[in-house]
Amino acid sequence: MSTVGEEGRVGPPWHAIVHETLKRNQVRLVTYVPDRVLTPLIASVHADAFFTAIPATREEEAAGIVAGAWMGGMRGVVLMQTSGFGTLPNAVASLALPFQIPLLMIVSERGTLGEFNLGQALVCRVMRPVLDALAIESHTLQRLDEVEFVIDRTIKQAFATQAPAALILSPLLTGGKVFTA
Amino acid sequence: MGASELRPTQPGNTKVMNRSDLTKRLVARLKHEEAVVGGIGNTNFDLWAAGRRPQNFYMLGSMGLASPIALGVALAQPARRVIALEGDGSLLMQLGCLATIAMLRQKNLAIVVMDNAMYQVTGAQASATAFGADIAAIARGAGIAKSSWAADEADFEQLVERALVEDGPWLIAARIDDKPAAGQTERDPAQIRDRFMRGLGVKK
Repeated sequence: MSTVGEEGRVGPPWHAIVHETLKRNQVRLVTYVPDRVLTPLIASVHADAFFTAIPATREEEAAGIVAGAWMGGMRGVVLMQTSGFGTLPNAVASLALPFQIPLLMIVSERGTLGEFNLGQALVCRVMRPVLDALAIESHTLQRLDEVEFVIDRTIKQAFATQAPAALILSPLLTGGKVFTA
Repeated sequence: MGASELRPTQPGNTKVMNRSDLTKRLVARLKHEEAVVGGIGNTNFDLWAAGRRPQNFYMLGSMGLASPIALGVALAQPARRVIALEGDGSLLMQLGCLATIAMLRQKNLAIVVMDNAMYQVTGAQASATAFGADIAAIARGAGIAKSSWAADEADFEQLVERALVEDGPWLIAARIDDKPAAGQTERDPAQIRDRFMRGLGVKK
């Protein structure tokens, strides 16, 4: 699968760029709670022996695993959807932030640009205010040509400053989840 | 642990022990820089009181995450034994992690659960284990075959000894009394984390 860039060149899709950028930054541990949009990224990290890919039962659990792994010398990331972020504030505020642990989060954004589930829409309204209240560096990725730069720099900053960071994958980038019924 | 082995399978068959005493017995058996992740509340305080070790991590909030944090350490450092020290209330909050740990067959990980059937640190409210929830059976049901109640102190020490050498994952549950913790952890998260990372050899 590939996409056509602005200059008409065929380039790698967003998930391939995320995959390679994680790898280049030695982020080996990928924990996740599944999400439809993240499916190709989850499949590709499972297929690459460089990564240890682990499905967790809850996002908090995934955050705990990544926190412990980093203290043990292994970089990790948590993949989730918007609703999953909604379960995380206590783990972020009482573990990652006070202990200065670079919890890297990649959030597939539900609840906007064509959402069909009101439950998702309201959690989406909550996510950015929570990130801002906790003073967490976050970026919303909308353009394919910015994905590599933003992710690469955010990963580097998170580990250099020992601070959590969130990367939100907009439906403008991924296509989102479409109502098909 | 074979099914034929004679072991207490119900918490009711086991002695009610003391958390501070068991924690000291556990720490005394750690000879190879094993990592210990203390959950919140009294398990944490008694770990602190059992003697400061650079390989101890003292969680201050994030109730329920001692086992996930220990799993993360175990994944990052497969040559090191890692122990999560939890209470019944904390473990009940994050039972899903038992299934994750079982799924990964994490060999170098043990969970030690001090079960006093109450949320002691918040005012001694009864937990579900007071009404029949069996932590060791729940762990077995999640797929952790090496899951057992400790019958008494000697049995606890034997189980710990095995968990430090035999492949896990392990869960060792102990019924404990309602005595208060023997100390109180110094709450300096950045320092706790830094010492732990140096204790694990991650920072020099």
